[in-house]
Amino acid sequence: MVYAGSDDRAGVPVSIKILIAGGFGVGKTTLVGSVTEIRPLRTEEPLTAPGRHVDVLDGVERKSTTTVALDFGRITIRQNLVVYLFGTPGQERFWFMWDELARGALGAVVLADTRRLADCFPSVDYFEKHHVPFVLAVNCFDGARRYNPDAVRSAVDLDTEVPVVLCDARQPSSGRDVLIALVEHAIATIRRGTELSAEAVTP
Amino acid sequence: MAQAEDRWLDQAAGPVVRPYALIGGRTRPAGEALDVIAMIIAVRGASYDPADLEPEHMAALRLSSLPISVADLAADLDLPLGVVQILLSDLRERSLVTIHHPIPPARLPDPQILKEVVDGLRRL
Repeated sequence: MVYAGSDDRAGVPVSIKILIAGGFGVGKTTLVGSVTEIRPLRTEEPLTAPGRHVDVLDGVERKSTTTVALDFGRITIRQNLVVYLFGTPGQERFWFMWDELARGALGAVVLADTRRLADCFPSVDYFEKHHVPFVLAVNCFDGARRYNPDAVRSAVDLDTEVPVVLCDARQPSSGRDVLIALVEHAIATIRRGTELSAEAVTP
Repeated sequence: MAQAEDRWLDQAAGPVVRPYALIGGRTRPAGEALDVIAMIIAVRGASYDPADLEPEHMAALRLSSLPISVADLAADLDLPLGVVQILLSDLRERSLVTIHHPIPPARLPDPQILKEVVDGLRRL
């Protein structure tokens, strides 16, 4: 396939980035692993960046970086079209990585557990603030009370256009459906943006 | 000390390690940031002085004889992302690799690509 103005990219795969976010233990790893083979991706970050606790270095002088493992998976759609999934560590202390990961992302899946709904708020805030299209996927854990998606939407105070989907992150078909919901939402968001700039796309 | 580490250097934070000697203790690459899904391709037929490169540079060159993402390279080399980004900026400075930055989704030349992604996911 040839794209206008992209001769220098001939044969270079188009790569698309999707983030999987949410609180600790909400099922991010399970979701990534249900649709791809997980490969550990290590990041190494200095402990001394501003805004982080440096006092813990007492007694561990000269050890100045920490390694954080991300869950990373790859879905080959066809030759030269690849989707990459990145499970983003939810704890606030790892947020220094988010800007780098979120830049240029097609969108994000925010996983939520209705028993600890507040854990998803920071991720929701982040993607709203940075205008990254996202879907809220409610992981239906065994024993958790089933919620109506509208009740969750209202509890999280989501914009009406943000899709809320129920899922079981352990099921490949369920994880796949969440990703499809996200990509369709991202397409709609991009189309709205295009229409706003008076270049309507015929559906 | 164990008590201090417990505060946040727990299992999720991973082991505490020293900056890598092979990149001279640098923690950030020179020049523009390198996206995790940027595609790297070794420049065919480029010549270099092996004495000028570390074994990890050579390994990165071998792995990028076909296009490979920065994230895949880091996983294949089993090195932290930041280290790989620095190795790649070294190779770029020596004109040994070409780096293709990802196209922002809203600027994909063909809007059908995202529909292809949906169709591809349905086939999973």
